[in-house]
Amino acid sequence: MKFSLSWLKDYLETDASLDEIVAKLNAIGLEVDTVENPAEALAPFTVAEVLSAEKHPDADKLRVCKVSNGTEEMQIVCGAPNARAGIKVVLGRPGDYVPGLDVTLKKAKIRGVESIGMMCSARELELGDDHDGIIELPEDAPVGMSYVDYAKLDDPVIDIEITPNRQDCLGVYGIARDLAAAGLGTLKPLNVVKIEGSFESDVKVSIDLPEEAKNACTQFLGRRFKGVKNGPSPQWLQDRLKAIGLRPISRLVDVTNYITHDLGRPLHVYDASKLNGDLKARLAQAGEKFIALDDQEYTAKGGETVIADASGPQGFGGIIGGLASGCSEETTDVVLEAALFDPKRTAFTGRDHGLITDARYRFERGVDELFIRDGMEIATKMILDLCGGEVSHVFEAGADTDWGRTVPFRSERILTLGGVDLPAGESLAILDKLGFKVEGDDPYTVHVPSWRCDVEGEPDIVEEVLRIHGYDNIPSAQLPVTDHKAGTTLSARQKRARAAKRRLAGVGMHEAVTWSFMACAHAELFGGGDERLLVDNPISSELDCMRPSILPNLMLAGQRNRDRGADVISLFEVGPVYEDDSEKGQLLVAAGIRTGQNSERHWAVASRSVDVFDAKRDALAALEAVGAPSGLQVFDEAPDYYHPGRSGTLRLGPKNILASFGELHPKVLKALDVDGPVVGFEVYLDRIPAPKKAGAAKGALTVSNLQSVERDFAFLMDRDAKVADLVRAVRGSDKAFIADVSIFDVYEGKGVPEGQKSIAVSILLEPKGETFTEKDIEGIGAKVCAAAEKAVGAVLRS
Amino acid sequence: MQEQISALKEQIAAQISAAGDLNALEEVRVSALGKKGSVSQLMKGLGGMTPEERKEMGPVLNGLKNQVANDIAVRKETLEEAALEARLTEERVDVTLPVMEHPQGSVHPISQVMDEIAEIFANLGFDVAEGPDIESDFHNFTALNIPEEHPARQDHDTFYLKPDENGDRKVLRTHTSPVQIRTMLSKEPPIRIIAPGRTYRSDSDATHTPMFHQVEGLVIDRDTHLGHLKGTLEAFLKAFFEVDAVTLRLRPSYFPFTEPSMEVDVQCSFDGGTVKIGDGNDWLEILGSGMVNVNVLKACNLDPNEYQGFAFGCGIDRLAMLKYGMSDLRAFFDADLRWLRHYGFRALDLPTLAGGLSR
Repeated sequence: MKFSLSWLKDYLETDASLDEIVAKLNAIGLEVDTVENPAEALAPFTVAEVLSAEKHPDADKLRVCKVSNGTEEMQIVCGAPNARAGIKVVLGRPGDYVPGLDVTLKKAKIRGVESIGMMCSARELELGDDHDGIIELPEDAPVGMSYVDYAKLDDPVIDIEITPNRQDCLGVYGIARDLAAAGLGTLKPLNVVKIEGSFESDVKVSIDLPEEAKNACTQFLGRRFKGVKNGPSPQWLQDRLKAIGLRPISRLVDVTNYITHDLGRPLHVYDASKLNGDLKARLAQAGEKFIALDDQEYTAKGGETVIADASGPQGFGGIIGGLASGCSEETTDVVLEAALFDPKRTAFTGRDHGLITDARYRFERGVDELFIRDGMEIATKMILDLCGGEVSHVFEAGADTDWGRTVPFRSERILTLGGVDLPAGESLAILDKLGFKVEGDDPYTVHVPSWRCDVEGEPDIVEEVLRIHGYDNIPSAQLPVTDHKAGTTLSARQKRARAAKRRLAGVGMHEAVTWSFMACAHAELFGGGDERLLVDNPISSELDCMRPSILPNLMLAGQRNRDRGADVISLFEVGPVYEDDSEKGQLLVAAGIRTGQNSERHWAVASRSVDVFDAKRDALAALEAVGAPSGLQVFDEAPDYYHPGRSGTLRLGPKNILASFGELHPKVLKALDVDGPVVGFEVYLDRIPAPKKAGAAKGALTVSNLQSVERDFAFLMDRDAKVADLVRAVRGSDKAFIADVSIFDVYEGKGVPEGQKSIAVSILLEPKGETFTEKDIEGIGAKVCAAAEKAVGAVLRS
Repeated sequence: MQEQISALKEQIAAQISAAGDLNALEEVRVSALGKKGSVSQLMKGLGGMTPEERKEMGPVLNGLKNQVANDIAVRKETLEEAALEARLTEERVDVTLPVMEHPQGSVHPISQVMDEIAEIFANLGFDVAEGPDIESDFHNFTALNIPEEHPARQDHDTFYLKPDENGDRKVLRTHTSPVQIRTMLSKEPPIRIIAPGRTYRSDSDATHTPMFHQVEGLVIDRDTHLGHLKGTLEAFLKAFFEVDAVTLRLRPSYFPFTEPSMEVDVQCSFDGGTVKIGDGNDWLEILGSGMVNVNVLKACNLDPNEYQGFAFGCGIDRLAMLKYGMSDLRAFFDADLRWLRHYGFRALDLPTLAGGLSR
């Protein structure tokens, strides 16, 4: 909502400075966005006169003008078609900055002729769109006068943000009223002159609405004008409209726009000669069409409020009028409309048809329902003043709103809700200044003024009092201390997320945060792309599907880093993936990728390409950090976006997959246009069982003082047999003494039969009670070999 | 005899001095003190002497033996010292060589800031609540007093999912406020929660991304009022920005889910192109808040005559930018390792009230 300081002062008698006004606007909830004074940029420009204009010797379209600013004459080469002797112009001199061109003027030679300064067009001074020629000022414009002073441009324009509840401030008058209530001056009364009219209108109006939609239009006042003369508005009106960014059109249209912004009262004017019969406010039939004033054709879906004549809709009520019955320069017969439209229906119609207009903006927020008659009278007088002619009596349909809204108010609520200990008298005084009438004793009955349709309950009254009293006067208070227990702030799930992040960062990975959505084609590669997870209005086709996995985002991010020259890349993210659109379908996953080398090239260590075991290790680190049980089973089956021979899953029992890991499938790499190899993992944090509630104390530690013994075995086994099975068998072969089993070598090739591999196993034996004899150890060794053979057909390598 | 001994003594002393390494010294030792060594042989001669001779020669020979043993020990230490010196010289390496660093990953600033916020509010007795990103229209709008025709809906640039069989469209939550609703529907007051999380709006430029992060705060009790809101926000911002005091400016505003509503600005300075919270002459809009709207309480089956409270919402990414000085929001989501290393946090930088929130 824009307005100029002088416009505000039409209604607000005040000595306050601009800064004070801005500060007060902010303090009462009318947030000031910008304050701009066009005078500041245009200060150096002056009124000048063109003394002579001769054709340029070397250019047909240029003229060489002698220009006087009263104290000196200068020569200016000008290309404007209207540059001619005798006219008054706006002069810029070398050193002056021309805002519309973003240049600072300097002396120049144009086709060999010296030119000192510039005569400006409206667009060059950012005073309008006109660039057909230079500005021509009236003959009586005094040469040498500052243009800003001459054109009265020294009038700051204030742009404020009006929150959706404050329709009352969508007119300058309402803003003045609020400022006056806040103590910044006195509100000047509106001058409403009731004009009787001199004839009966030949056009009538009716409201024809079904019972369930009777709120669509509850009142319609009309007036018929004869013999008016349309044309450009007077300068003051054009200037005001231009100052707030509106384009002056014609007197009739400008009157409606002016009153919309002046008083927050939208109006419409019809060219009566183009109307076909009487007007009717009704609901649109599906398929009805009309061309609106924005030259677009609109086809009703059915149910929109339209104002129609016998030939069909002449506009969407409260939003936009129709082109067919619009006013033009030639219009002499006019119908003026002031009506009340339902906020809801107006909002829906506007949204459905993509129409954002000043009228809709106000109606959907709820206009002052009792101001309709005054608004009509003010508009009538303004049309008669500007356009002459005669006006009819008011014709109307519907009835005046029975407003009478009251709200109960306990003065203690200023303290108990607002936290401010304010005497009741002060609260009541504030309400009175805002136009609320208070009745009775505490609890009071507050009569809400018709322009404050947003005020519905006691908290609204508290807000009004506090707003004017000043939010800065609310004292701080501390919340009472509770018996909140340490460690209960985060849920188990949140603790897991935190632990996974810290752990993965600890193993050298970098945490990324990537979009929750991705390209549907990519989602499909990872088992996603479900219809129910597609974004209906994506910001781009690259982000049109909720992600089924974090991996594609990380892979693409990895590639971007590769393209920037990184060769050791490890990224992780802990965030949501979406199995379906339900609450439970959103899973919390810790996922990571590594690509490129496993470490930077270094003199001490040979670098190698990342492999599946790096991913498995990362997955296990995350699982350990979040408290997953140890001894998970490793399966070599994994989702099909992994390399089928280099991927696996970690499970708790055969069904509950806690994590997957592997090298990403070459086809997936190709589809994402990502260089391989890339290895990755996904840990499903929600699937990890809650830890059993135990005390903080750990179980007692029992250690033996006896010497433990290590024994090594080299087994030959089938290449496809699983080492995990071997380890499990070995470990299980003597549960009493085998404390640990580790694999310290894996070998295939020379010396090992084709199709087999050599696995070197080390077992750690811990004696119980007494030290081992050689015989004990031999016995255990035999059990190990037997178990290994039984489980995976492993035989000792000879 | 005495001369013989003196000569031997000198001879052995010369041999000890001449021994260039430990092996040579050992040979000297054997030749003198070994079983058949020169000194040992003389010692054996003691047995054939008369008691008088023995009385005289015993101490002399013992003195010789001890002298030799001592000389050898001294020489041995010298030689060992030299040998060690030689070994150490041989073993030297160029310690200026760069080492293989321990892997150093990083935690994203958003996670760090969320942890900081949780830490601060834990101290004020708050729990951390959560809700899904894919929300129903009810939780995201209707229950928050934003009916379908409400102008505020247009300001939200909502992402919708495809409509289901009934034509209902789920939304990607436009704010964390639906967690208020979920909490009030599932928990009895008193309630004190914060709800950090992902939020979505169809917007993209240097200060807007289609996904961003917010933290919601909600307190519901019998006597909670605007003063508590102000006090809580002051405590939060003071702790978060790690300053001695913050000055807040509260401006009346409008949110459908609060009444009264306020925007909160914090005093700051923009001197030198960086934002400094805590003093200065400028104001920075930092969050929106207010007393929970009666209609919201009713939608959550709470009796507004019994319960009231406050709510606030704040951009986490923005808090991170203000505190840690990033200038472009889009970079938060680009996963550029250079950015992550620069702005990220170490695994062990877990913020605590005892140890401080930032390093």
